[in-house]
Amino acid sequence: MFRKIKQLLSYLGEYEKYAVLTPLVMVGEAAMEILIPFLMAQMITYGVEAENISYTVRIGIIMIVAALFSLLCGALGGRFSAKAGIGFGKNIRAKLFERVQDFSFSNVDRYSTASLVTRLTTDVTNVQNTFMMCIRMLVRAPSMLIGALIMAITINPKMALVFAVVIPVLAIALSLIASNAYPRFNKMLERYDKMNAALQENLIAIRVVKAFVREPHEIDKFELSADEVRKTQIAAEKVVLLNGPVMQLCMYGCILAVLWFGGKMSILGTFELGELSGFISYIGQILMSLMMITMIFISLIISMASVRRICEVLDEQVDITDTEADPELTVQNGAIEFRNVSFSYNKSSENPNLENINLSIRSGETIGIIGGTGSAKSTLVQLIPRLYDVTEGSVLVGGHDVREYKLSVLRDQVAMVLQKNVLFSGTIRENLRWGNPEATDEQIVEACKAAQAHDFITAFPDGYDTELGQGGTNVSGGQKQRLCIARALLKKPKIMILDDSTSAVDTATDAKIRDALKAYHSDITTIIIAQRISSVAEADRILVMDEGKCNAFDTHANLLSHNEIYREVYESQQKGAE
Amino acid sequence: MAKKVGGHGPQHSVHGRKPQNIGKTIGRLFTYFAEYRWLLLLIAIFIFISTLAQVVGTSFLQIIIDDYLTPMFKEYQTGAVENIWDMELMQGFVRTLLFLAVIYLSGVISSYLYSRLLLKVSTSTLFKIRQQMFSHMERLPIRYFDTHTHGELMSHFTNDVDTLREMLSNTLAQLLVGIVTVTGTFIMMLRYSWQLTLLVIVFLAMQMFIAAKLAGRSGKYFKEQQYAIGAVNGYIEEMIEGQKVVKVFCHEAETKEGFAQRNERLCHAATAANSFSNMLMPVMGNMAHICYAVTSMVGGVMGIHGMLTLGALISFLEYSRNFSRPFSQISQLFGTILSSLAGAERIFAMLDEEPEVDDGYVTLVNARQLADGTIEEAPERTGFWAWKHPHQDGTLTYTPVKGNVEFDHVVFGYTPEKVVLNDVSLYANDGEKIAFVGSTGAGKTTITNLINRFYDVPNGKIRYDGININKIKKDDLRRSLAMVLQDTHLFTGTVKENIRYGKLDATEDEIIAAAKRANAHYFITHLPQGYDTMLTADGANLSQGQRQLLAIARAAIADPPVLILDEATSSIDTRTEALIEKGMDQLMEGRTVFVIAHRLSTIRNAQAIMVLEKGEIIERGNHATLLAQKGKYYQLYTGMFELS
Repeated sequence: MFRKIKQLLSYLGEYEKYAVLTPLVMVGEAAMEILIPFLMAQMITYGVEAENISYTVRIGIIMIVAALFSLLCGALGGRFSAKAGIGFGKNIRAKLFERVQDFSFSNVDRYSTASLVTRLTTDVTNVQNTFMMCIRMLVRAPSMLIGALIMAITINPKMALVFAVVIPVLAIALSLIASNAYPRFNKMLERYDKMNAALQENLIAIRVVKAFVREPHEIDKFELSADEVRKTQIAAEKVVLLNGPVMQLCMYGCILAVLWFGGKMSILGTFELGELSGFISYIGQILMSLMMITMIFISLIISMASVRRICEVLDEQVDITDTEADPELTVQNGAIEFRNVSFSYNKSSENPNLENINLSIRSGETIGIIGGTGSAKSTLVQLIPRLYDVTEGSVLVGGHDVREYKLSVLRDQVAMVLQKNVLFSGTIRENLRWGNPEATDEQIVEACKAAQAHDFITAFPDGYDTELGQGGTNVSGGQKQRLCIARALLKKPKIMILDDSTSAVDTATDAKIRDALKAYHSDITTIIIAQRISSVAEADRILVMDEGKCNAFDTHANLLSHNEIYREVYESQQKGAE
Repeated sequence: MAKKVGGHGPQHSVHGRKPQNIGKTIGRLFTYFAEYRWLLLLIAIFIFISTLAQVVGTSFLQIIIDDYLTPMFKEYQTGAVENIWDMELMQGFVRTLLFLAVIYLSGVISSYLYSRLLLKVSTSTLFKIRQQMFSHMERLPIRYFDTHTHGELMSHFTNDVDTLREMLSNTLAQLLVGIVTVTGTFIMMLRYSWQLTLLVIVFLAMQMFIAAKLAGRSGKYFKEQQYAIGAVNGYIEEMIEGQKVVKVFCHEAETKEGFAQRNERLCHAATAANSFSNMLMPVMGNMAHICYAVTSMVGGVMGIHGMLTLGALISFLEYSRNFSRPFSQISQLFGTILSSLAGAERIFAMLDEEPEVDDGYVTLVNARQLADGTIEEAPERTGFWAWKHPHQDGTLTYTPVKGNVEFDHVVFGYTPEKVVLNDVSLYANDGEKIAFVGSTGAGKTTITNLINRFYDVPNGKIRYDGININKIKKDDLRRSLAMVLQDTHLFTGTVKENIRYGKLDATEDEIIAAAKRANAHYFITHLPQGYDTMLTADGANLSQGQRQLLAIARAAIADPPVLILDEATSSIDTRTEALIEKGMDQLMEGRTVFVIAHRLSTIRNAQAIMVLEKGEIIERGNHATLLAQKGKYYQLYTGMFELS
C-alpha cells in the first residue's frame, strides 16, 4: 500500500515544492491559532484583572498581528494546496492517459471501457481531493493537537490531566464509530449500485418490459431493492450520527471538569480566572483536531480504493513493444505468411483460439475469409498488423517477421477496418485525415469515391466539413462503415484488411466498393472477412475458418464442390434462389 | 445498444441550474412530509434544545465567575475560612454546576434524538420518492424514452435524488441550528454589552463583504473549471472508446498531445477555482480571530473602566468567537438548498410527465367454447382466450382471440413534421406469416410499434380480431402479442428466471418445454449451472445466438396468438441462424407472425410480403408473384445474388 502511495507521489514533479510548502504554512497558521488563547489569558490576568491598560492594549495588538499572520498563512496554504493538489491530479491523469495509449489490444481487453474512463476521471479526482486535504490537514491537525496540549500543560499541568482521560476516550469512541461504519457504508453502496443497475436494465429493456406487460413485476422488484437501500442506509448512518453527540459529550464533560477543578483552584488562588477561558479554548482545539484526524483517516481509507485502481493501470505490463525492432526496415510488399501459428487470448496452450495455422498469401492477392461466429476470423487477421502477438509460430509480412518492424512502420502499411469501428468528433475531413494527415482534398475525394462515400458526403449541406458527433452518431451504420473504409484507404497501404466492414452496406454498394478497391490500388493485398458469400465469392482464394482452425483455402468454385462447410453456408443464403 | 449512463458533459450543465419556481417546489416537497409532521415538529424541538443548551451553557461561565468564584476567592483571601467547603457560596456553586450538567446532558440527548429521527424521516421520504419515480417511469410512454437519454433519466435517480438527500438529512437541520445559534448568541451578547456587540457586527459585515468577493471570483473560475472538466472527460471517453482505432492508425502521439492540451487547460482553471475556495475558510476563520483580538482589547479596556465584569468579558468573548461561523455556513447552505430544489424540480417534472393513456375497455379473458358454439368466460386458465367486449347497451360479447390484424389507411409520424407511414393498409389473417422488407427508415419497425400501441395512431384505424385496438386495454393487447427484437435484452438473474419472464407463473416443466421448442434446451444444459446459470449485464456471458434463443424461448412460453419478430436474426451468422430457424418455425406454427428481416432468405416462405419504401407499401404478394413482377423486390433479391 505504501509502495503504491509512494509511486503516485513520485508524479508530483514540478509541484513538489508546493506540496512541501503547504504543510509548513498550515503549521504556521496553527501556531498562531494556538497562541491567541494564551495571549488572551495573559491579557485578562495581567491586563484586565491587574487593571493595566497599556499592557492590555499591547497584548491586544500582538494578538491582532498574530491573527493577521495566521490569515496570511491560511491564504497561502489555500493557494499552495490548490497548486499542488490540482497539479498532482493533472500529472496522474496525464500519466494514466499516456499509459493507456501505450496499451496493446490485449491490455485494453483486460479492462472495460467504462472502467478505464472511471479510473481516469472519478478516481483521479478522488485522489486529487484527498491529497489536497492531506497536505493541508495531515500535518496541521496533529501539530494543533500537540501544540494545544503543550499550552494547556503550561497553563496548568494538574488541570491538563483532564485530557489524559478525554483524549483516549474520544479517540477510542471515534475509531470504533469509524470502523463500525466503514463496512456498513460499503454494504449500502453495494445495494445502491444494485438498485441503479436494476434501473439501468429497465431503461435499456423498457420495450421488453412493456411488451410483456411486466411493469407491476418490475415495480415490485425495484421496491425491494430501494427498500434494501433504505435499510442499509439507516444501518450505516445511525452509527455515524453518534459522532456529534459523542463529541459534544466529551466537550461538555471537559468544560464541567475544568469549571469544577479549576474553579476550586481559583478560589485557592492557584489558578487564574483568565486562564480558565484560555483553557476552555484549548479543549475545543484539541477535540476538534482529534476529530479532524479521524476524518482524514476515513477519507484516506476510502480513497485507497481509487489509488489501487489507478496503480493497477500504471503497473499493467504493456506486452507489445518494438524496442528490439530494426528501425531501418520497411515493408517491401504485401505478401503475408503464417508459419505454424497458434494463438490464445489468455496465453495458455490449452484450448487455443487459433491452432497451427499455415498460410501463404502473395502480394496483391484478394483473400476472402468465411466462418461462423467464434471461428476466430478476426483473431487471425489481427495478428497481421501485430495487434496481438502470436503465442507460437510466426507471422511474416513482406518476408520479415512482424516483430522485426517498428510498429508504426508495420501499421502504416497494414490498414485495417475494424469490425467495431469508431469515428471521432470533428468534421468528416478531419476524421478522414486520420489515415493520412497530409492528404490533399483530391486524395480525400478519391478515397471516398472508392469507398462509395463521396455521394452521401456531398449530399450533406456542409459536405466534407460536416461535423460528426461523438462516436459519429449522426451518420447511419452503413455510412459510418464506408467512411471508415475511406479513412483506411487514405493510408495507401500495401495490405488492406476489411473485418466484416460492409455488413450494414447494401449488397449492390458492397460490390461497387470491392470493384473500386481494385481500381484504387491495384497491387494491394486485400483480405475481406464477411458473412455473405457474395462478398467473397470473386476473391482469388477463400479461407474457410472453423473453430480456430483453417478448414480449407481455395477458390469459390473448388470450395463449392469440395468443402462441406462452405457449401452449407452458401446454401443457407441461397435458399429459394433456384 | 446500451446508452451511456452518467456521461460527464451534459450533466454539469443540467446540474446546479437555478430552480424555476421555488415556492411551488417547496410546497410540493412538503406534501411528502405531511405524514411526518408531528415527528418533524419533534425534530425541530430537539434541534432547538440541543442548540440552546450550547448557547445558554456559555453564559454560565459569567454566572460562575462573577457570582461564585470571584467572591469566594475574595472571601478566601481574607483568611476568614480555612476550608473552602465551609463557604456559604459553595453549595450554590455546586448546584449551578449540576444545573449546567443537566442542561448539557439534555443538549447531548437532544442532538442524538434529532439526528436519529431525521434519519428515519429522510430515508423514508427518499424511499417513497424513488419508488414513485420508478413506478411512474414504468408507466411513461415509449415516446418519452425516445426523447430522453438514459443518462438523463439515470441522473434524476442518482444526482437529483442525492442532492435532495443532502438537503433533507443535513442542510435543513444545519440551517435551523445556525439560525438558533445566531439569534441566541446575538441576544446574549447584547445582554453583556451593546458596544462590543456593535463592534462584532461591524467586523461581521467586513467578513461577509470579503467572502462575497472571494466567492464571486471563484464562481467565475468554477464555471471555467466545469467546462474544462467536460472537455477532458469527453476526450477521455471518446479516445478510450476508440482506443483500438487509435492503435490501428498509430495515432498515439497526436492523441496524447490533444489530451495534454485539454489537461493543461483544466489544470489552469481548476487551480484558480480551488485557490479561491481553499482560501475562503482560513480567511473567514482568521478574520474572526482578528475580530476576537480587537474585541478582547476593547473589552479589556472596558473591563478596567468597570463597564464590564470579568465573567461577562470572558463569556462575551466566547460568544463572539462562535458568532460568525454560522454566517459563513449559511451562505453555503443556501447554495445547497437551491441546487437541491432545482433537482427536486426536475424530479417533479418527470413525475408530471403524462403516463400512457389507456381508456381501453375490451379485456382479454380465459374462456371456453360451449357445445352450441357460444363462448363463456372461465375463471381458470383454459388456453382458450377471448376478447370480452362490453357494449353501450350493457350487453357483453365474447370474441375468440385469433390474431387477425388489419391496418386501415394508417398515417403516422414520430414527430408531426415527418410522416413515417403514409396511408398504409394491410390485412393479416390468423395463422399467416406476413413479412416486411425495405431499407432502413422505410417504416418496418414502426408498423410493429403501432400494433402493440407503443405509439398511438392519429389517422386511420388498426383492428385486431375486428376490434379497434384503441378500445382494447393496453396491457391485454400486449399480453396477446409477443415480440422478439433485434437487440435481445435479458435481465440480471438466472436463465430460468429470464425464460419465466414471458409467463410469471410458469412451472419448471413449462420452462423446459419452451426452451426445447426454441431449440435452446441443448445449450442451456451445457452451461455451467444449466437453467440456474446467472446471467450478468444483459446476458454478456452468452453469445449473441444464445441470447437470441433465450429471447425466443421467452416469447414461446408466453404462448401468444400473435408474434412479432423484428430483425430477430440479423446479427447472427447464417449457420447459427439455420439452428434458430428450426426453433422459430416451431414457434410460428398456428400463429399470426409479423417478420421484419433484411435477409430475404428468411422470409421467402411468408404468405404475404410487403415491400416498404418511404412509409408506403409499394409492392405486396408472395415470393413467387413478387419475383415475377420484377419490381423492387426482384431488384433486392437478385442484388443479393448477382455475383453467384
